[in-house]
Amino acid sequence: MLIFVVRRFGTMVLTMVVVSLLLFLLLEINVASVAIKVLGPYSSEEQRQIWLEANGYLEPFYIRYFTWLGNFVVGDFGESIRFKVPVGEVLWPRLGNTGILGLATMIVVVPLALCLGVLAGMKEGSGLDRTISVGSIITTSIPEFASAVLLSAVFVFYLDLLPGTSSMAGGFSLNQLILPVMVLVLYDFGYVTRMTRASMSEVMMTHYIRTAVLKGLPYKTVILRHALRNALIAPFTVIMLQINWLLSGVIVVEFFYAYKGFGALLLEASLNQDIFLIEACAMVAVFVAVATQTIADVGYTYLNPRIRFA
Amino acid sequence: MTDITAGIPRRESSIIRTLKGMALIRESAVGMIGLALILFWGVLAILADLIAPFDPNATLYPLAFPGTTVEGMGTFWLGTDHLGRDVLSRIIHGSRTVLIFAPLATFCAYLVGIPMGLAAGYRRGMTDAILSFISNVILSFPVLVLYIIIIATIGASATNIIIAVTFASAPGIFRIVRGLVLDLRNREYVFAAETRGETPWRIMLVEILPNARGPLIVDACLRVGYVIITIGVLGFLGLGLPPPDPDWGGMINETRQMAMSFPHMTVFPCIAISSLVLGFNLLADGLREVSLRD
Repeated sequence: MLIFVVRRFGTMVLTMVVVSLLLFLLLEINVASVAIKVLGPYSSEEQRQIWLEANGYLEPFYIRYFTWLGNFVVGDFGESIRFKVPVGEVLWPRLGNTGILGLATMIVVVPLALCLGVLAGMKEGSGLDRTISVGSIITTSIPEFASAVLLSAVFVFYLDLLPGTSSMAGGFSLNQLILPVMVLVLYDFGYVTRMTRASMSEVMMTHYIRTAVLKGLPYKTVILRHALRNALIAPFTVIMLQINWLLSGVIVVEFFYAYKGFGALLLEASLNQDIFLIEACAMVAVFVAVATQTIADVGYTYLNPRIRFA
Repeated sequence: MTDITAGIPRRESSIIRTLKGMALIRESAVGMIGLALILFWGVLAILADLIAPFDPNATLYPLAFPGTTVEGMGTFWLGTDHLGRDVLSRIIHGSRTVLIFAPLATFCAYLVGIPMGLAAGYRRGMTDAILSFISNVILSFPVLVLYIIIIATIGASATNIIIAVTFASAPGIFRIVRGLVLDLRNREYVFAAETRGETPWRIMLVEILPNARGPLIVDACLRVGYVIITIGVLGFLGLGLPPPDPDWGGMINETRQMAMSFPHMTVFPCIAISSLVLGFNLLADGLREVSLRD
């Protein structure tokens, strides 16, 4: 078990290093245009060259990469060109905001999706199952930007109940959190529901459930004591992996609602060629994704005794 | 020499069998609704020039609400946008953009993903280890993060969107194909082909790939849906196809500032894109249901 965890952790670190190199290579494509962003479109070629020289952009690629990597490991993420402050100063508060958004979404999605999935999977092919299944296909078919528009049209334009932007300019406000969370929940719960349903209906067909039913246990006991424990192992992985999707969704939602979060920051950084900020944001995103994947893998082996020492 | 296959009824070609299998979709109500939605948009896309009441890029009459009739012009059934372009015509022409680029980009992703998956699953060993590691690295990015960084770096154009989709989706396809091949490579017909001395690539493409088609067709439907969403999201974030040609995501982005006063400009493109994605998702669900039945 320990060896498995260590190996998983090693892969995680290696993935992060390769990702950072890949990102660096990708951003290398038009590294020279950083000067244009900083000095403006009317700067002369000469000025740009001087700026690039002064800021170390003309050094060979590998030197810049290893300098960056060395600084990154000790927590110095470089300076943001866009915000003219160290990257960490913009990044961490933004990340906290996104954390609130993500946490709120998960708090709604997990119980909702598990309940619906279990209800649908309990009796495959029943009316309830079909309703939940089709319902979850419909909600996952509506892209986040579309549901953001539709929900805003209803709750902001027609009913005038909720604010249309969530910039949190006047401090934290729960009211402004409702719409972004609603959009994320709507898009994300369907997949978890379907996976829970699949897992549940598989368990319901096993012999030990049939035995439990035949020996006369109340249906409630069969579901709660026998079926659920086994049916909820697979959804655990799905929920952990869902965090990766959530990070994508967060970008759209934060952009739409002007929420000062990490996704909006990444988008702004990308559009402004803010290389250090892009690097830092992307590394954080990949770290979250890889870490949740590792937790999912390790947790799965822990939860499922049959593969514990595989 | 006598023909030893005489008397054995010839099997239909695998293409015909695939089509017959897919025709079973009519047994699934959900699948038929999906197919109908896709066909609806498909017909609109093909006949866009005939059906669309106005030129999608012509500025006619600004800020008309749905159903407004203007003397000498006609009725704007879904209203007009901030520049006075007919929303209905733009949606109809936009279906063309989506239905060309989404399947094309998905196809390119398969073109890359399938050979990778075949090679990794069939050869295993080092090939598998290297290809798997590469795809794990790419898959560890949250999808949209990858798209944004790629498009923001290489610029927004139709070709670049296809490149980005291929780059981001091929690893997912690789994983599925690899899994299927690992299972199929131990079948008797593969051993038979190996004994006959067929070349590895012939075995992969002729013996293994056709037998993996079922799950791949279902996956392709789902994936086209995702790609439609992706193209929409990129358009919405301002990284999509350059204006003025209508693109659903772009339409939403251009008009969302006015969504609070003129919701029709954004709501209708949203409904359009959702219904098309829904079509592909329902079709995939129907196909899966039908394929699991036997």
